[in-house]
Amino acid sequence: MAIGKDDVLHVAELARLEIPEGEVEGVQEQLGAILEAVGKVSELDLSDVEPMTHPLDLVNVWAEDETAPSLTQEEALANAPDAHDGSFRVPAVGG
Amino acid sequence: MSAAIDTLRLTAEDASGLLEGGEVSGDELAGAYVEAIEARDPELHAYLHVVGERGEGVPIAHKDVITTKGIPTTAGSKILVGYTPQFDSTVAARCKAAGLPIIGKTNLDEFAMGSSTENSAFGPTKNPWDPERVPGGSSGGSAAAVAGGLAPWALGTDTGGSVKQPAALCGVVGLRPTYGTVSRYGIVAFASSLDQVGPLTKTVRDNARLYALIAGRDPADSTTVELPEPVAIPESEDLKGLRIGVPREMNAAEGIDPGVSESVNAAIRLAEELGAEVEETSLPRSVDYGLACYYLVAPAEASSNLARYDGVRYGHRAEADELTALYSRTRWEGFGAEPKRRILLGTYALSAGYYDAYYGQAQKVRTVIAREHAAVFERFDLIVSPTSPTVAFRIGEKAENPLAMYLSDLLTIPANMAGLPGLSIPCGLSEGLPVGLQLIGPQFSENTLFRAGHALERAIGFDYVPERLRA
Repeated sequence: MAIGKDDVLHVAELARLEIPEGEVEGVQEQLGAILEAVGKVSELDLSDVEPMTHPLDLVNVWAEDETAPSLTQEEALANAPDAHDGSFRVPAVGG
Repeated sequence: MSAAIDTLRLTAEDASGLLEGGEVSGDELAGAYVEAIEARDPELHAYLHVVGERGEGVPIAHKDVITTKGIPTTAGSKILVGYTPQFDSTVAARCKAAGLPIIGKTNLDEFAMGSSTENSAFGPTKNPWDPERVPGGSSGGSAAAVAGGLAPWALGTDTGGSVKQPAALCGVVGLRPTYGTVSRYGIVAFASSLDQVGPLTKTVRDNARLYALIAGRDPADSTTVELPEPVAIPESEDLKGLRIGVPREMNAAEGIDPGVSESVNAAIRLAEELGAEVEETSLPRSVDYGLACYYLVAPAEASSNLARYDGVRYGHRAEADELTALYSRTRWEGFGAEPKRRILLGTYALSAGYYDAYYGQAQKVRTVIAREHAAVFERFDLIVSPTSPTVAFRIGEKAENPLAMYLSDLLTIPANMAGLPGLSIPCGLSEGLPVGLQLIGPQFSENTLFRAGHALERAIGFDYVPERLRA
């Protein structure tokens, strides 16, 4: 197995995904199989190769700082599952 | 009189001619597509949302990752059910400004992650050539809509092959443009260094027309650039002076159907007859390591992009009395299996202790792939291969095996990693199903791709109306 159960739970916590107890093993199995396949990249010695971060050689794309129309508060809140008094409403942190 | 409009055969160019000549009105034309949808979409399920706008131009369908103001945009995910955008994506705005009414929003693999549309939270799309088979993906709804006469043209998005592969499987033309030529503003993000919007059409000329309409720098997307030359609608029917490379690994890869090779080889011989100089070449590491590289880079970027779906500002929200639990439960409930798999994989590849071995190494492999292609394009104007190793596969055939599904994109991924444009055109049938020919060129070589694609299209004479639907 390319990934342990503890690693799966740790990564799930980082990714904010609550894996139900009974499904951890299945996730572990699938991730393990995929990691084994993609681990192929480590076959190559690329210590002298620069990483590619972007397909185009663009450097510092500047733009004038201009004001432009944007969403109104009402529009911004239009899709919110819960809103109150012009804000998104959520349950308490750590509550 | 919309009964006279054969939506299965009508190209966007023909439609435009009918409108300009006053032979049909915009209303009649749009109405004909809505009628076709009523007749055939219950079977095909190419659309998630039919809008049926009326207007003066040639109607268009948008993949449901393309944000459309006032029209639901779900990305094929339960997590965006009920979301109605308050703004237009740049491509939707450009189509609107050109007078193209929206027919509807097309089905896709959830968040454009997949190669069959089976990952849609709303059920798969069926291939118009054989409804027991997939249309490819992730832009399978757009490809099926064009092939099935439910749209004269459509937009899709392509990250690892999501325009080219469904175009191939449905027998239509699909362009994945050079990275940075089409704005991503308002496109539901999957992997930002790879995502590109591209047209799906019945002909290469239609494709060039739609590309011309959407391409060009957008101040709202700082990764876009101006085209170095205007888009030329192709007319030439020969390939004189064109140097075409045939990368041996992409044409003899394990898993390519013999029938697919046969069609592609016949098209390559045709290219020679049309005057092209054809020679074998090689991209050894791009094919060998492309898939592994992609399935690290794309999930890593996805894990970051999909962090925004947390049940606070829009979309699905789970029941929870504490905020962190609300995030984690919302995301587990709202995302389907494939996005969750990729978010976990990407988070792992980016996490402390694993970053260098996975994500960092994949970025270096990406450099190797880009350099390998650049070297080939010192000798050739374009390279060719099958778009997909197989014809359309059966629904359910690969659904339980993610790794088998990932192989569908084996031949489209390498050029995408390098930011190169690619055009898929139908080049024949195998087992009664369409085969796609992939043409790849250096960055900003769309005009060469259109020219070569058009000449080959004329010479091949492929009939894009699915056999079972022909009158």
